[in-house]
Amino acid sequence: MSSAGSTQNWRQARGPFALLFGAPALWLALFFLVPLGIVWAYSFGRPTGLTDIAISGTLSNYVRASSPVYLGIFAKSIGFAALTTFLCLIIGFPIALVITFASERGKALLLLAIMLPFWTNLLIRTYALMAMLRTEGYVNTSLGWLGIGPLPLLHNNFAVTLGLVYVNLPFLVLPLYSALDRLDRSLLEASLDLGAGHWRTIREIVIPLALPGILSGLLITFIPALGSYLTPDLLGGPDSQRIANVVERQFKRANDWPFGAALSFILMYLTFICIAGQGLIARRRERALAA
Amino acid sequence: MSNREPKGPLDYARSTPLRLWVAMVLLFLYLPLAALVAFSFNESKRNIVWTGFTTAWYGKVFDDSDLITAFANSLTIAALSTIVSLVLGAMIAVALWRFRFPFKPLVDGLVALPIVVPEICMGVAMLVFFSRVLPWPTDLPWPLDLGSIVIAHISFSFPFVAVIVRARLASFNRELEEAAKDLGAGEWRAFFDVLVPHMRPALIAGALLAFTLSLDDFVITFFTAGPDTVTFPVKVYSMVRFSVTPEVNAASTLLMSLTVVLTIIGLKMQGKDMAKAGNG
Repeated sequence: MSSAGSTQNWRQARGPFALLFGAPALWLALFFLVPLGIVWAYSFGRPTGLTDIAISGTLSNYVRASSPVYLGIFAKSIGFAALTTFLCLIIGFPIALVITFASERGKALLLLAIMLPFWTNLLIRTYALMAMLRTEGYVNTSLGWLGIGPLPLLHNNFAVTLGLVYVNLPFLVLPLYSALDRLDRSLLEASLDLGAGHWRTIREIVIPLALPGILSGLLITFIPALGSYLTPDLLGGPDSQRIANVVERQFKRANDWPFGAALSFILMYLTFICIAGQGLIARRRERALAA
Repeated sequence: MSNREPKGPLDYARSTPLRLWVAMVLLFLYLPLAALVAFSFNESKRNIVWTGFTTAWYGKVFDDSDLITAFANSLTIAALSTIVSLVLGAMIAVALWRFRFPFKPLVDGLVALPIVVPEICMGVAMLVFFSRVLPWPTDLPWPLDLGSIVIAHISFSFPFVAVIVRARLASFNRELEEAAKDLGAGEWRAFFDVLVPHMRPALIAGALLAFTLSLDDFVITFFTAGPDTVTFPVKVYSMVRFSVTPEVNAASTLLMSLTVVLTIIGLKMQGKDMAKAGNG
C-alpha cells in the first residue's frame, strides 16, 4: 500500500494518467459494467415476445424468485456450498500444517502437487471424476470384485459435493498455508512447552491467530462453490439443481431472460454479502487487536 | 537430510498420521487424473477393463477435424486474450499504484469485481451483451469470428493480471525511477527501462494465469459463443454429455500435458527472475 505522499496527483500528469488509465477503464466499462447493467435492468422487466423485453420496473421477477420452489434451491445451494467449504477445511487444514512445517524442498514439492490439479482444466477434472463414479466406473467395478454394489455414486448430491471438494480444495489449502506460515512459531512452542496438547494448541493458539487467513480461505472456497454451474450440471441428478443451473435454464431453454436476470443478481448479491461479512469480521478483529 | 535430527515438537511434517493424510489426499487428487491418462492408452472402447496398450485414440483425436479446430480456437483465443489482458492489467495496475484521483477506492473495487462475480452471472451478461448491444457477425473469417469470446475472456482475465502486477509494484523502490530521470531518462525511458523490468516476474505470472484461465473457461464461453464457434472445453462438454469414450481421454491428456509444460516453463522463468531480483 502506497501512502498518499508517494502517489502523484493525476492533475500533475494528465497525459501519462490518461494514457495508462483510459484504455483499461473504458474496457471495464464497455465490456463488463454495461453488460451487467443491462442484465440488472432486465431483472425489472418482463418478456413481451420471443425476444422482446419490456423494462417496466416491475418487481415480479424478484417476487417469483422468493417463492418456496426457488427459496428451496437457494437454501440448497447455500447449504451444500457451506458443506463443501467445511469439508475442504477439514481435509485441507492438516495439509496446510504439513506444508508449513516441511523442509524448503518438501514445501515446494507439496505446493506444486496441490497446485497442479488446480491448473488442470476444470472440465477434464470433472470428466475424470465421472469416469470414477459411474455405475460401470472404476470404483463400482472394484467394489464389484469385492461383491459390493453397484452403488449409486453419480448423478446425485453426493457426487456434486465430492466434485466441488475435489475442484475447490486447492483454493483453501493455499490461503491456509500462507496464514499458517506467517504465525510466530515461538508461540506454538510456548504453548506445547507449557503442557497444552497439540489439539489444544491448534484450537486455542493456531486457529485464533490465523483466523483472518482462514476466513479469507473459506470465502474463496465458498464463493465458487455457491455459484458453480459445471459440477452440478455434469455430476448432479434431477435433485441437484443449483442457482446457476436454474439461471442457465432461464436464459437458454425457458427463454425467460428477466427472471434469469433476477436470479443471477440475487446470486451476485449473496456473493457480495459474503465478501462484506468477511471484511467486517476482519476489520472488527483488527480494531479489537489495536485496542 | 534432517531425518536424523530428533523430532521437534512442531515437526508436523514428520508426523506419521499427518503424512498418511497428505498421501491419501494426494491419491484422491491424482487417482482420477492418472486413470484418465492410463485409459487413453487402453484398447477397449469400454474404458473400464484394461485390455491392451494402443495409441489409436490419439490417432483418432488427430483425425477428428472438429476437435482439432476447437483446440486451435482455444489456443488462439487464449493467446490473444493473454496479450491484451497483460497490457490492460499492467496499465491499470500502474495507474492505481502511481496516481491519486477522485473515486479511486471505487475504481479499485470495480477493477476487482470481475474476479468475484460468479461465472454464471458474467456468462449471462455476455450473452445479453453480444445478442442485443453488439451482435457479433457470424460470417467473419477466422480468427475474427472468435472476437466476442476473446473480448469476454479479456474482461475476466485482466483484473487478475492487475492484482498480481500491483502486488509486485508495492515492492518497487521509487528512488530508482527518480534516479533514472535525474540521469536524463524521459518518462518513457524510465517506464520501460526501470519499471517494466521490475514488473517482469509479475507479468510472467499474470500471463500464465491469464492463459490458463482462458484455456480453462467453459461457462462464460458457453454463453458467449455462437453455434459455429467451438472451443476445446465446449467441444469436450458436448462429447462428455453423449458418452465417455477413450477419445475424450486422449484429448484431455494432450491438454493436460500442455498445461503441465506451460506451468513448469512459467515456474522456471519466475524462479530465474526471482533469483536475479534477489541479487539486484
